[in-house]
Amino acid sequence: MIFADPFFWEVVISGLLAGVMYALVALGFVLIFKASGIFNFAQGVMALFAALTLVGGLDGQLPFAHLINWVLGTEWHHWYDPPADEEGAPLWFVLLCISLTTAGMIGLAWVVVRVVFQPLVNQPPIILFMATIGLAFVLEGLGDLMWGANVKVLDVGLPNGPSDTIIDATGMFVEKLEISAAIIAVILVTALTMFSQYTKMGRALRAVADDHQAALSVGISLETVWWVVWSVAGIVALVAGIMWGAKSGVQFSLSLIALKALPVLMLGGFTSIPGAIVGGLIIGMGEKLFDFYIGVPYLAGATENWFAYVLALAFLLFRPQGLFGERIIERV
Amino acid sequence: MLYREAGEFKTTYQADLATFPISFDRWAFWIATAFAFLVVPWFLDDYWSEAVFLPFFVYAMAALGLNILTGYCGQVSLGTGGFMAVGAYASYKLMTGVPWLDMASITILSGLIAAGVGIVFGLPSLRIKGFYLAVATLAAQFFLIWMFNKWGWFYNYSASGQISAPERTMFGLAITGAETNPAVTYLFALGFLFVFAWVARNLVRGRIGRSWMAIRDMDIAAEIIGVNPLLSKLSAFAVSSFYIGMAGALYFAVWKGAAERTEAFPINVSFNVLFMIIIGGLGSILGSLVGAAFITLLPVFFKVALVEGMGWPTDIAQHIQVILIGGIIIGFLIAEPHGIAALWRTAKEKLRLWPFPH
Amino acid sequence: MKLTRFAVAAAVALAVATPASADLVFPMLSYRTGPYAPNGIPFADGYHDYLTLINERDGGIGGEKIDIRECETAYNTDKGVECYESLKGEGALSFQPLSTGITYQLIPKVTADGIPLHSMGYGRTSAANGKMFPWVFNFPGTYWDAASIIIKYILQEEGGTLKGKKIALVYHNSAYGKEPIRTLQELSKKHGYELILLPVDHPGQEQKATWLQVRKERPSYVLLWGWGVMNQVAIKEAAAIRYPMDHFIGVWWSASENDTLPAGDEADGYKAITFHGVGEDFPFYADLKTYVYDKGLSAGDGSNKGYVLYNRGVVAAMWAVEAARTAQKLTGHAKITPSEMRDGYEALDVDEKRLDQLGFNNFTVAVKITCANHGGPGLGAIQQWNAKTKTWKIITPYMSADREVVDALIKEDSEAYAKENDITPRDCM
Repeated sequence: MIFADPFFWEVVISGLLAGVMYALVALGFVLIFKASGIFNFAQGVMALFAALTLVGGLDGQLPFAHLINWVLGTEWHHWYDPPADEEGAPLWFVLLCISLTTAGMIGLAWVVVRVVFQPLVNQPPIILFMATIGLAFVLEGLGDLMWGANVKVLDVGLPNGPSDTIIDATGMFVEKLEISAAIIAVILVTALTMFSQYTKMGRALRAVADDHQAALSVGISLETVWWVVWSVAGIVALVAGIMWGAKSGVQFSLSLIALKALPVLMLGGFTSIPGAIVGGLIIGMGEKLFDFYIGVPYLAGATENWFAYVLALAFLLFRPQGLFGERIIERV
Repeated sequence: MLYREAGEFKTTYQADLATFPISFDRWAFWIATAFAFLVVPWFLDDYWSEAVFLPFFVYAMAALGLNILTGYCGQVSLGTGGFMAVGAYASYKLMTGVPWLDMASITILSGLIAAGVGIVFGLPSLRIKGFYLAVATLAAQFFLIWMFNKWGWFYNYSASGQISAPERTMFGLAITGAETNPAVTYLFALGFLFVFAWVARNLVRGRIGRSWMAIRDMDIAAEIIGVNPLLSKLSAFAVSSFYIGMAGALYFAVWKGAAERTEAFPINVSFNVLFMIIIGGLGSILGSLVGAAFITLLPVFFKVALVEGMGWPTDIAQHIQVILIGGIIIGFLIAEPHGIAALWRTAKEKLRLWPFPH
Repeated sequence: MKLTRFAVAAAVALAVATPASADLVFPMLSYRTGPYAPNGIPFADGYHDYLTLINERDGGIGGEKIDIRECETAYNTDKGVECYESLKGEGALSFQPLSTGITYQLIPKVTADGIPLHSMGYGRTSAANGKMFPWVFNFPGTYWDAASIIIKYILQEEGGTLKGKKIALVYHNSAYGKEPIRTLQELSKKHGYELILLPVDHPGQEQKATWLQVRKERPSYVLLWGWGVMNQVAIKEAAAIRYPMDHFIGVWWSASENDTLPAGDEADGYKAITFHGVGEDFPFYADLKTYVYDKGLSAGDGSNKGYVLYNRGVVAAMWAVEAARTAQKLTGHAKITPSEMRDGYEALDVDEKRLDQLGFNNFTVAVKITCANHGGPGLGAIQQWNAKTKTWKIITPYMSADREVVDALIKEDSEAYAKENDITPRDCM
């Protein structure tokens, strides 16, 4: 029947891998929501900003080039020549750029916490949500101003094209880039879970997520914890930005991947890291299966967008807090 | 000293319950209204009408609708774009299918159709709350846009899928179509906004508004004291979608004249209207209007100032504008998290005591 | 608060309102920001640079300098309408919005306000019928021409018959993407191929399901009708399923370096249709170098020279300038009005000889516009991407569309528009 269809397993695997890509984005949302109750609308833009900074470093691009050239009348575009061998950039240089970008995201996190969220402690969630929107605008404009609005090719040495071994073994086309994304996602989630369970800072994070007042009263510095959370979210955004940027080039549309992550959050729960992964897998698989078997033949296709939301909605009707989310307990 | 209640004595209950208890406020309101209706139309040209006033009126209407749902009833909704599309397409089908109907009736009917759709998509709110509901309404947004894209009946099977508003007149003056007088479209949209803002103000002060606010504040307690959550939530969705549908009809027929669904009503519209009510002030009619003015007019103002005023290159001006708007939003929220309407209220309170500090 | 804001904006606007100038105003609706900026920037640079060249080298058109007014739309319809409204009172001579959405909004407005609109190879296809749309021009060709030419090319490649073959159309799920469907359906009836429609939702960042369908259906050819990130992802996904790139043909808006570079070597052999030359190997580039680049007057950072979209901007500007010249010749004075500019567009006749004079030898097709035909010759050629040299190369001569099919569709669509909007077509003698 459907399982005998040779494409079924290929659709399933493609769906699962697409889901992993969504989950990478959703992870950033979950981290920040867990620790501070803020729905970070700027997560997609953070991914774009991180990817732009990385590419700028890899290409030796001068930041604010357009602005500087306009003010000073110069024609500077690069301020150093990136090293290159016949394969592209050498590994040490790529790792150096990634580390510098990570440092940049940590610095950005510090600024964001100090300037935006420290003054807004204890405000209702919708106001904090609006503040992240303001942040998204600022980052978007800043990213464009610093690095320019054209498409940038991101090449960090990730493999391209379909995996030949899998084609030979099973006849299915599975992209090597997505397999690497899946492996990286597994490593990331394991690292995050270990960080959260076994380190002192991880315990502090969980304490803050549970109850701000109680955490403060045992001496946990809210500001430090939030800085750590936003930095980690920034690093997760960088990873998501690299994966998606390698697929389509780094450009404005990258910030729209946040919309793809929303059904994942709905389904998995806003506060659960494993929920982001499981939610991603379910949404990815469901979306692709629906579009392939029902969308294109009967509904003229392009059903992916809304079906993901409908699927998440269906799950929510049975579990209003998502599969792994915290049970919402309301007291009168 | 100038703005005070001393000397104002109310002799009827009706006067005591007035929306503007202080006569200074009442005078200011009526003078502003008279100015808007009688003076401004003489000075309008196409640019002011198309780029400044009509966007403001249309989005103010949509913001009113969303504020009723999110600000007064506490149900966060991101389906605004989809409901505006429903209003636009409903008005298109009515305009092409029933050519003898006048524009005012068509707008109201489109609103009613959108209200019906709103009730259907509001059903999940009975089970889901908070941000989860917001994301669920996104399902409405995406599904509705997909539906209008797919079924040719909605756009009369034209090869491109675009809908354009044919010309309709009222009292002999063209309201839709390309040959309209800017003053006519301005007055039509302003009239609708004025009447329905009045209706909204009175709705939220009445029994139904109070039931919405009870649900918003604590819905379990509200249910215990006898507020029917089903009726309240669904009525909020219905009234809200009515306003948003009318905004969509005005957008399509009076302001733009044509619409292409992926570009006219994308997810950005939903987010923009939500931003308007948050910046303007949740749970405030004035807040909806102010927020709409802020979000629609500030970019235009910046563009005029930076590009035409200072001659900056257009892309740098655009980037700076985006950064400035983000910065202003953050600044406003830090200064007054409850929005511009709250700032206004605080200012009025201070003015009542001026020159005394407290 | 609202009134104060208006007052300030009004004050600023009035304070800096430019007095009626003696120049020819050429508005430039560009998008250097927003989701389609990577495509908008080279086009805007090309358009701007050519107009600067005319000012520097020739002192303007007929002695009148060109006043270039750039207005940022970010591909957003609201901003596009705002730009139009603010520029139309300044004597703007012609509008080129480079966006199908904005074009649709502006068509009724330009008709009411009397300013010509040139939607070059995009916008509303049936505007090629000049009787119904006197103020809108979409030469040198429309989407329906493009679809027909691509099918003709495929016919050539397949030895003259397509019976029993499958052709898939991967398209952006918007008015733009749906344009070729009717034409392709009519042609499928005529030539016997099976048309498979695969829409991709905006923005098209995620196309796995679409390309799985392509794997399942195994069409002989895939046509791409995308814009922006959808193009890059489509080409990458096609490479990922090892679809033969030389059977993958895009429309002229899916044909730029931006689209193929991110896929690297795997995009080698991808084809697309075009209506102008690629690269810098044309005489007008020497002039651009002398008068624009070397003087430091180039718009943007100069990195887009020779790119497909840069050349497209140049050709759009060239035709606008020629239309202005034609208008000046017709009226006998240099300071033309928008209505005279429209007459200039309608009398436009840029033949091979004139192209050579301008330094555009072998760059683009000869164009002759008439009252009834605003769509131009409807010619196109196929270009192919070479991933090693990172350049495009035109591999066929210019071909024409199947006029029988396309003209019938244009007539049908424009008549439907006229009926819906109560327009009577004018007579063309």
